[in-house]
Amino acid sequence: MSKASCNQDWEAVIGLEVHNQLATDSKLFCGCSVAYGSEPNHHTCPVCLALPGSLPVLNRRAVENAIRAALATHCTVNERSVFARKNYFYPDLPKGYQISQFEEPLATGGWVEIPTDGESGEGEARRIRLTRIHMEEDAGKSIHDAADVTRVDLNRTGVPLIEIVSEPDLRSPEEAGAYLRALREILRYVEVSDADLEKGQFRCDANVSVRRRGESELGTRTELKNLNSFRFVEDAVRAEIERQIEVIEEGGEIRQATLRYDPDRGRIHVMRLKEDAHDYRYFPDPDLIPLAIEAEAVRAARESLPELPEDKRARFQSEYGLSAYDAGQLTASRGLADFFEAAARAHGAPKSVANWVQRDVLAALKEREVELEATAITPEALSMLVKMVDDGRVTARNARPLVAVLVETGGDPEALVQERGLEAVSDTGLLESVADEVIAANPKAVDGFRGGDPKVLNFLMGQVMKKTQGKADPGQVRELLARKLGG
Amino acid sequence: MTAPLGTLTELREALDAGGVSSAELVEQALARGEAQQRRLGALVGTRAEAAREAAAAADARRARGELRSPLDGIPVALKDNISQAGAEVSCGSRILAGYVAPFDATVVERLDAAGAVVVARTNLDEFAMGSSTEHSAHGPTRNPWDPERSPGGSSGGSAAAVAAGIVPLALGSDTGGSIRQPAAFTGITGLKPTYGRVSRYGLVAYASSLDQIGPLAHGAADCAALLDAIAGPDPRDSTSLPTPAPPTLPELTGDVSGLVIGLPREYFVEEGVDPEVLAAVREAVAECERAGAKVREVSLPHARYAIATYYLIATAEASSNLSRFDGVRYGHRAECDGLTELYERTRSEGFGAEVKRRILLGTFVLSAGYYDAYYRKAQQARTLLRADFDAAFAGCDVIATPTAPETAFRIGEKSSDPLRMYLSDVYTVSANLAGLPGVSLPCGFAGGLPVGLQLLGRTLDEATPLRLADAYQRRTEHHRRRPPEAT
Repeated sequence: MSKASCNQDWEAVIGLEVHNQLATDSKLFCGCSVAYGSEPNHHTCPVCLALPGSLPVLNRRAVENAIRAALATHCTVNERSVFARKNYFYPDLPKGYQISQFEEPLATGGWVEIPTDGESGEGEARRIRLTRIHMEEDAGKSIHDAADVTRVDLNRTGVPLIEIVSEPDLRSPEEAGAYLRALREILRYVEVSDADLEKGQFRCDANVSVRRRGESELGTRTELKNLNSFRFVEDAVRAEIERQIEVIEEGGEIRQATLRYDPDRGRIHVMRLKEDAHDYRYFPDPDLIPLAIEAEAVRAARESLPELPEDKRARFQSEYGLSAYDAGQLTASRGLADFFEAAARAHGAPKSVANWVQRDVLAALKEREVELEATAITPEALSMLVKMVDDGRVTARNARPLVAVLVETGGDPEALVQERGLEAVSDTGLLESVADEVIAANPKAVDGFRGGDPKVLNFLMGQVMKKTQGKADPGQVRELLARKLGG
Repeated sequence: MTAPLGTLTELREALDAGGVSSAELVEQALARGEAQQRRLGALVGTRAEAAREAAAAADARRARGELRSPLDGIPVALKDNISQAGAEVSCGSRILAGYVAPFDATVVERLDAAGAVVVARTNLDEFAMGSSTEHSAHGPTRNPWDPERSPGGSSGGSAAAVAAGIVPLALGSDTGGSIRQPAAFTGITGLKPTYGRVSRYGLVAYASSLDQIGPLAHGAADCAALLDAIAGPDPRDSTSLPTPAPPTLPELTGDVSGLVIGLPREYFVEEGVDPEVLAAVREAVAECERAGAKVREVSLPHARYAIATYYLIATAEASSNLSRFDGVRYGHRAECDGLTELYERTRSEGFGAEVKRRILLGTFVLSAGYYDAYYRKAQQARTLLRADFDAAFAGCDVIATPTAPETAFRIGEKSSDPLRMYLSDVYTVSANLAGLPGVSLPCGFAGGLPVGLQLLGRTLDEATPLRLADAYQRRTEHHRRRPPEAT
C-alpha cells in the first residue's frame, strides 16, 4: 500500500461503475453479430447505423442475462424498468443518443462480497453495496490515427451492456481491485458474461473522494474514466487519492471533474470540469415500451442460477474442512471449483486433493499460462494420482512431475507410473539390503551419526533414496536407518 | 392521358371489367403527376421504372386470376418520409440530400404484398413538421382547389396528389393532424389510425410517441381498404400493438342507427373557429342524426392544454430523433475543420427554419432544470387528456369536431407567425396525444373551399368512425366534388 492510501489522517471513499458486456450472439436492439475482431463496420444494419426510419427491438436474451447478473449480486429485479435516451453528439454514437436506463433501472440494491483488506486474505468477507444495475447499449469505436483523421467502427455499436454501480463503500485501491475481481468472478460464474478485459468486455469508471478519518461527510469527488485493467484501476485510484490529499493539505480545494489516467506516466489528466459537464437530456425512449419482468420470470432465473462463489466458499469450508483461504483459492473460478470437487469426491480425501490442486495443478497452469478448461487434466486422473500417493504406491516426489504431464497430455496415472517405473519400493527386504549397502559404503558418516551429528542421517537417507530412484517412502527409510544405526 | 384518376372503387371496377389495365393506370398516374407538378408541386419524385414493372406483374396476376387484394394493380403514392429500398428519401430536407434508403418500411412491404403499385413520393413539411407543406426543401405544395392556398400539412403532397386525381390512394403520416388537416383542406378523406395499429418501422421519426402512418383517399371505404392492407402487428416496431387488426372494410355497412355521436362542448364554441366551418360541421352532424345516429354533448375538460402539451412532447422527441442527422454517415456534410464545426455547419445548412425552431424548443424542454416544469408536466397533462377521452367514450361511440378551425389558408399567410400556425392543429392533436383513431372527411364548402369533419373513435376502433364516415358519404356528395381543372 502506498503512503497516502494508508495515511493515518485520511480515508479514501471509492465507488465504482462497471460496464460489462453481456454474453449474447446479437446486439441489444438489432440482429447484428457481436463477434469481436471483424472488419470495421461489418456487423451493422439500418438499426445500428441509425438509418432514418429504423427502430430498436429489445434482445430478450440480453434481458435474461441481465436478470441473472442482478440476482447473482443480490439485487431486486424491478417489475418495470424503462429505457431512456442519453443524448450527446459523437461520431461513434450513430443515433446521437445512447439507449440506456435512467430513472427506472432494471435492478436496485444488492451487494458483492470481498475479502477484507487484511494482507492474508483470511479475514471475513465484507459486503460492498450496489446502488443499481441497468441495461444499455455500447457505443462504437473511434480510431484517431496519426494523420489527424478519425475513423469510426460501428461493430461495437449496440452491443449489450449492463452498468453495475456500487455505493461508495470501498476504502482503498486494493479494495477496489478486490471488488472488481469478485464481481468479474460472479459474472463469469453465472455465465452472463465472459468479462474479458482485453476485449473491453469489463470496463470501469471510479468515483474517488477523500476525507479526514472520523468525518462522516463525503468529500468532493472526481470521476476517473475508462480504466481497463484491474491494475490500472488500483494505480489510478491510488494516484488520485494521493493527488487529492496533497491538494487539500496544501490548502487547496478538490474541484468536481472527470479525469483520465495515463498508465504510461502514472499521471492524472482533467478531461472536463463539472461546469462543462454534459447535460444528457435523458428522457424515456418512445420507441421502446417499458420493460415488464414478471415475478415468475425472476423466480425461474433464480432457480437456474448455479451456486454462487460466496456460497461455494462457505460450503467448501464446512463440507470439506478447508480453511477460508483454501476455499477462496479453490473457488476462484467455477471451472476450478468444479474440478476440485469432482476430484475430491472421486478420492474421498478432500484436504489431500485440495493440496495437490492448489500446489501442483495451479503451478502447472501458471507456468503454462493456460486456463484449466483448456488442458487435458481430468479430475478423475488427479484423484487417482493423489490416491496412489496417499496409499504409498508412489512417492509425492515422484508423483509431482506427473501433474504437469497430466496437464499437458492427459493420460492414466496408473499407466504413467508403471511406464516410468515410479512405483514405490515397499519391499522391506530390498530396502534393508540397500540400507546395509549404504551403511557399509559410508563408514565416516556412520561414525559421525554415532558421534551425535543428526544431520548425517539425512545424508544417508539421500543415498538410499538415490539408489531407489526416489521410489522409497522417506519415512520408512528414516525409520529403517535409525534402527540399523542405533541397534 | 392526363385526365384525373378516379377513386379506388371506380378503378377496381374498371380493372375488373377489363376496360383498363394496371399498366395503363400507372402511365396515367405518371402523366397526370407530371402535368400537375408545376402547378401543384405535390410530388418529390416518381418511381416510373419500378412502377411499370409492378403494374405488368399485377396485370399478369389479374390474367391468371390470382389477385392479391382489392389494391392489386392500383397506383399509390407515399409521403417522402417513408423508407423505400432504392428510393431517395428526403423528408423534404436538404440534410438528407443524396440519401438512398436501403430498406423498405413495413407499410411498403405490405403494399407490395397487396399488389399496390407505388408510383410516386409526395412532398411534405420538412420532417413532417408543419401544417402547410410550405416548409420543404422542394418548395411548397399548392392546393388543387386554389393554387394560391396551402393544401395543409404536413402530408400536403399526398393530399394534393389524391385530390388532383394523380393517384386514388396515398399514405401520409400524422403526428398532430398531418393526415387529417390536409385531407380537410383538399376535400378528401384521411385516417390517422390508433397509435400502434400501423407499424412505424421505416417511417422517419418526427415524434415517436405520436407518429402514425395512415391512408388518404376520396372516401372512407377507400381509406378502409388501404388501412386493411397496412395495419397489424409488426415485430420490428416495439410500439406496434400485438392485437390483430381485423379488416375494417366489411364493417362499413351503411348502418349507423343507434350509434352515439359525442360533441365536446369545449370544441363547439364560436371562439377561434370560422363560423362557416362550424355551421358545416353542425349540418353534417345533423345529417348523421337523420341517418339514425344519436347526438349528445360530452366534455373534454383538459382539451385546452392539448396544443401546449403537444408542442412540448413533440419537440422534445424531435430534438432527439433528429440528432442522427449529423453529416457523419449519410446525407449532407458541410465543409469543415474539426468535429464541432462538422455538426454546427452541417445542421445549420441542412435543416430549415421550422425544424431548427422545434429542435431548439425540444432541447430546451428536456434540459436539466426544465425537464420537470415542461416535459414531465406535459406527460401528466397527456395522462389527464387520455382520461378525458376515456370518460367521454363511456357515453358515446364517436366524437365529432371540426378538423381545422378554418379552410385552406393562403400560402405565406402564416409562415411568419409560428404560433398562429400551431393553433390550426387545435382539434387534431388530442387524438395523437391520446393515441386514438381519427377520420377527417369533407362535409361541405365555405367560400368554395372544402370543410373537414373530424370523427374520433375509441382505441383500436377505426371501424366505427369509418362506418359513420362511409354512411355519411352514402348520403352526401361532398366527397365526390373535384377541384377545377387548370385552364
